[in-house]
Amino acid sequence: MWVSFLLVFMIIGILVYFYQLSNGLVVTNMTNQVSWGFYISNFTFLVGVAAAAIMLAVPAYIFDRKDIKDVVLMGDTMAVTAVAMAIMFVVVDLGRPDRIWHLIPAIGKFHFPESLLAWDVVVLNGYILLNLAISSYILYQHYHGREPKRSRYFPIVLIAIFWAISIHTVTAFLYSSNSGRPMWNNAMLAPRFIASAFASGPAIMALGLQIIRGMTNYPVSQSVINHLAIVTSIALQVTLFFIGAEIFTEFYNEGEHAASARYLFLGLHGHTALTPWIWTAIALLLLAMTIFMIHRTRKNPVFMNIAFIFTVIGIWIEKGMGLVIPGFVPTPIGEIYEYAPSIAEIMITLGIWAFGLLFFTVMAKAALPIQCRYMQKNSDPPHPEACTAFKPD
Amino acid sequence: MSSGRSRDKKSENADFARRHFLKQLGGVTAASATATTAHAAWGGSSLSDTFADFFQQHYREMSAEEIKDTLERIERKARKRYGVDIHCKDTAAMDGVLFGYAINVSKCRGYRDCVHACVKENNLSRDTQYIRVLELDRDNMNLHDADHYYNSDTVPVAGKHYFPMQCMHCDNPPCVKACPVEATWTEPDGIVVVDYDWCIGCRYCMAACPYQARHFNWGYPKLPADEITTDTHYLGNRPRPRGVVEKCHFCVQRTREGRQPACQEACPSGARVFGNLLDPKSEIRYVLENKAVFRLKEDLGTEPKFWYFRDK
Ligand code: SF4
Ligand code: SF4
Repeated sequence: MWVSFLLVFMIIGILVYFYQLSNGLVVTNMTNQVSWGFYISNFTFLVGVAAAAIMLAVPAYIFDRKDIKDVVLMGDTMAVTAVAMAIMFVVVDLGRPDRIWHLIPAIGKFHFPESLLAWDVVVLNGYILLNLAISSYILYQHYHGREPKRSRYFPIVLIAIFWAISIHTVTAFLYSSNSGRPMWNNAMLAPRFIASAFASGPAIMALGLQIIRGMTNYPVSQSVINHLAIVTSIALQVTLFFIGAEIFTEFYNEGEHAASARYLFLGLHGHTALTPWIWTAIALLLLAMTIFMIHRTRKNPVFMNIAFIFTVIGIWIEKGMGLVIPGFVPTPIGEIYEYAPSIAEIMITLGIWAFGLLFFTVMAKAALPIQCRYMQKNSDPPHPEACTAFKPD
Repeated sequence: MSSGRSRDKKSENADFARRHFLKQLGGVTAASATATTAHAAWGGSSLSDTFADFFQQHYREMSAEEIKDTLERIERKARKRYGVDIHCKDTAAMDGVLFGYAINVSKCRGYRDCVHACVKENNLSRDTQYIRVLELDRDNMNLHDADHYYNSDTVPVAGKHYFPMQCMHCDNPPCVKACPVEATWTEPDGIVVVDYDWCIGCRYCMAACPYQARHFNWGYPKLPADEITTDTHYLGNRPRPRGVVEKCHFCVQRTREGRQPACQEACPSGARVFGNLLDPKSEIRYVLENKAVFRLKEDLGTEPKFWYFRDK
């Protein structure tokens, strides 16, 4: 059911992508003024989600927390999925995907280290490889009923943790390096990226893990979810503080540099397309933060999950359209063009999200039984709720 | 008024601006309009040409032999697509030449003749213009207040001044730094060029350019076959493919042969001064040495080779 639902969206996405290939990017609503749109917005959000996998990796691998170790592979899988989707979003945004080989070092002409986009190619692909290496090694060992050797995976885990910060930092630099666009050209951008990633990523993970728990009996301890709730809560507070600091700096002595911020938060010369979105995002994030901060509501599973969902949607708006589009409005020479994604862009975007969910489902279905079997046999003392009734569907 | 222009000419501009604007509003509508002429990116060429296109190397990596093949292929493709015999050359930069441009703002009257001459000379898609002329109140220099699509019956309008902009051929170009595949670079004569056959269409350079000088081929260029300029250059005005970035290249096909750029030639008011910055006797050097010149967004450190000045 779930899988065929995803397949439908994926196929529609592929068909619309062929339509885009044969007509060109003119089927999008992007223009010379707003030259990146919905695709790159989703890309930016997903890099953050991928980076946040370390919020499971650190306690699991470094502090050896047993409950988190049980689910850490799902965090790695989510990171791989998110990066794969992010890369797909860049590919569908290319005017000439047939020339993508120009990016391959030695064969093409890779402008490294000058171009931040070249850096992004390196860090994203590296991050996928690191995560795949860790998870396949651990799964392989578990499959053979062996305890993975810490000395083998620990160095890679350590690299992956720093690498995770780098992927979102480089992605932030991609924007902040553009001195002609004051809204992006801001040292706060990378810290803001990291803070919001540590809110949205753990929130998505918490939701995903609970779905896995509900559908498969895989033992996901509530303590893991609580851990993620605390991480999300702290990251949200920092994120909102950063947003506030930025609003103050832009508007206290408002100059031309604040034009994009004005467009985003208040509207510029009557153009207000993004204003309702950003205030919705901020309201959602404030609500989520409040729910997390009040002990009673955080402990309540319904409220907690509402807060997770609000966090994901809020950051998706704030780190997606809310970041990318106003960077182009007004243009550096003052033109205003209001952008909203076209139907084609929305369909292709949905297709990539469907692919991501499908990819994650398939990976989880492959990995979880191995994990379960391993836990049943090798836990000492026996795993309290080892997935005896494991039914991966 | 001798400086006035007829309503016809201006309303053509207005139509253009409006169409341009409408196109931006409705990408999908525009898509259906081009659908009749749009082919797949490789459409209309033979199998061997398609292969050669796909594996074509970066311009600066090609041997003389490969460049020759490539130029011939470009001519073949133009014949196939437009039924026109073009000549595509790749004249190299001249020694001891560094091009620069200066605009006399007091002389510019906002006719936009440069805009249209450029469109024609450079085989631009008819929805793209390399040059934009901004209209501003006389006492105002803030670009953010400019009218990019001014459209009055006659120009100049009293109390306004006009400000042509195009690629500034920055000496420290952020667009070049940004490109992940080195599809855009600075030539020895200072012209910032794009290899249209190497660009992957990521548009990072467009985000990086502080002067809004780069244009993307969202659809297939709308180039009327009977208006094609047939004397073309690989790095310049040859017909462009879809899905790549382009911009002003100081009319490389002309200026490397000692001619003036089309915009300079077209300007009826003599507002444009183009020449070799390394030649102490050139007019541009005279302007730089004797006028109070300024450049746009100098604080960004892009070092444009494009100056503005006033007579008084
Ligand atoms: S004006 Fe823009 S496109 Fe031209 S060289 Fe400077 S940064 Fe590059
Ligand atoms: S759009 Fe083309 S020229 Fe511009 S950065 Fe991308 S590959 Fe380079």
